Amino acid sequence: MTSYRHHPDRIAALVQDDRVHRDLYLSDEIFELEQERLFANTWVFLGHASQVPEAGDFVTQEVAGRPLLMVRQPDGAVHVMYNRCAHKGTQLVTDESGNTGRFFRCPYHAWTYKLDGAPLGLPLKNGYEGTQLKACESGQGLSVVKHVKVYRDFVFVRLADAGPTFEDYFGEVLGAIDNMVGRSPEGKLTVGGGVLRNIVHCNWKMYLENINDTVHPMSTHESATKAAEALWEGHAPTDPKPMAMEQILPFGSGYEFFDKMGGRVFANGHSVLGVNFSIHSNYAQLPEYEAAMQAAHGVERAADILQRSPQNSVLYPSLSVKGSPQAIRVIRPLSADRTLIEAWSFRAAGAPALLFERAMSYNRLVFSPMSVVAHDDVHLFESIQQGLRAGGNEWVSLHRNFDAAELAQSTITTNGTNELLMRNQFRAWAKAMAAEAAA
Amino acid sequence: MNDPRDFIAHEAALLDERRFDDWLALFADEGHYWVPLLGAAQVDPLSHNSLAYEDRLLLQLRVARLKNPRAHSQHPASHSQHVLQPSRIEEEMGDEVRLRTPFLYVEARGESQILLSGTARHHLVRSPSTPSGWAIRQKRIDLLNASRALPAIQLFI
Repeated sequence: MTSYRHHPDRIAALVQDDRVHRDLYLSDEIFELEQERLFANTWVFLGHASQVPEAGDFVTQEVAGRPLLMVRQPDGAVHVMYNRCAHKGTQLVTDESGNTGRFFRCPYHAWTYKLDGAPLGLPLKNGYEGTQLKACESGQGLSVVKHVKVYRDFVFVRLADAGPTFEDYFGEVLGAIDNMVGRSPEGKLTVGGGVLRNIVHCNWKMYLENINDTVHPMSTHESATKAAEALWEGHAPTDPKPMAMEQILPFGSGYEFFDKMGGRVFANGHSVLGVNFSIHSNYAQLPEYEAAMQAAHGVERAADILQRSPQNSVLYPSLSVKGSPQAIRVIRPLSADRTLIEAWSFRAAGAPALLFERAMSYNRLVFSPMSVVAHDDVHLFESIQQGLRAGGNEWVSLHRNFDAAELAQSTITTNGTNELLMRNQFRAWAKAMAAEAAA
Repeated sequence: MNDPRDFIAHEAALLDERRFDDWLALFADEGHYWVPLLGAAQVDPLSHNSLAYEDRLLLQLRVARLKNPRAHSQHPASHSQHVLQPSRIEEEMGDEVRLRTPFLYVEARGESQILLSGTARHHLVRSPSTPSGWAIRQKRIDLLNASRALPAIQLFI
């Protein structure tokens, strides 16, 4: 069995200019190294500030295999700590979310901590006199994640001490978050309607690649789109569609449509698919909402926000954003062959309830464990995970529209079916994986 | 089929026999199939999301898709088994009746099998024109721990 940990050359050899080796998807060791070198060293989406509106509100979430705790402070700030008692390692809270009051109290031996993790008290204090407790980690309170960025209420963490700044890491792709927030005339989003959570038995990278795969809908989703088209047959193109039809029918749009929607890649694996238009571009217009947007942002800015409806913007490696509908997907790797996919919906303050219904409807139709669209995706990802074990060919092809000139550029705008949007992810992957392990 | 409890057993049997067109015909025109994300705690289908909330149009789409040989995820095909506890009539008002039926649901496909449990809540209306004598106004499925991460559920709970 190949060992990669101490062989950066072997890892580098897995990502060629136009194809990648199957070990990226199959190797348990590569998965472990990804947790250390990719997910701990880059900026990963943790949660949304609207999940913790009041002081003492918390959310628990794992990132890079480590248990974290996002907590609203008395001064309104959002802090992130490791969910581990300084004493023996008990998780301080085991609910997904809740309110802890003014302090955390470990259920095991009643050690207590302030909301920022500072040590507050512990029983039998005299027993620690003359010991080294205060001088070591266990006497310092909860370990705090130092690099937390709350960007327009989206909370990201970088677990490693060293690494790029948030702004340098994401750069222009943050415009995807700006666009979604801008769709609220009040500039405010809140998470709503719950999170749809899927277990998929495939490597996380297959899922993330597919977010940029514009060539699969016609063949993968043929059964769902053909059924929808047959049900809608006989209606004039101008007939108002039920929301479900409005959202499902565009999946069958054809190769030319997906090619012309265009894509753009940025340094560090990020991308925007659908820079010209997308399957979300033709949702029914809402004149009152547009008037509210113009009043809030001015005519020009409002038009700029509303005209941009990319298919998916990827904030590599953990987040995929749609501006309209207001929905995100979060990619949470669990093991080499198991991935948790979350679909979140947002309410945009000052926008009509219909927008929130669109977000929930889209997530339910396309990203629910019961989705007729997702069933075929999930089946095929799970099929790839098995198929890659075959002999004869150890490589995954990403050749479509490869051009050697792309290697020297970081931001490139291209046709929508160019697999550059995937190659760009793997180039970022190789760069991160070459780095030393996180502290 | 005068007793609505027999109708519930009949409905589950149609699903387990993959007689989806016959099953679809049990729904009233305005009928809905609903699997709330909050399970029994959910108040309505629109203020919170659901695993599924489908009117006849979407149910037709689902059934039509299952018949397409290019429904890739049905190779191999899924099969279900509903294990029902006796249905209890909770409310009868004129032509309408509401029943609750605790169940175990098994969905098997190839080498894998998933097990779900919960309570089905049927809202039926008398329908003299149909062979079964009843039509489904709503079938709501309150899953135990509905919001946990789930693998694909491909047929009808």
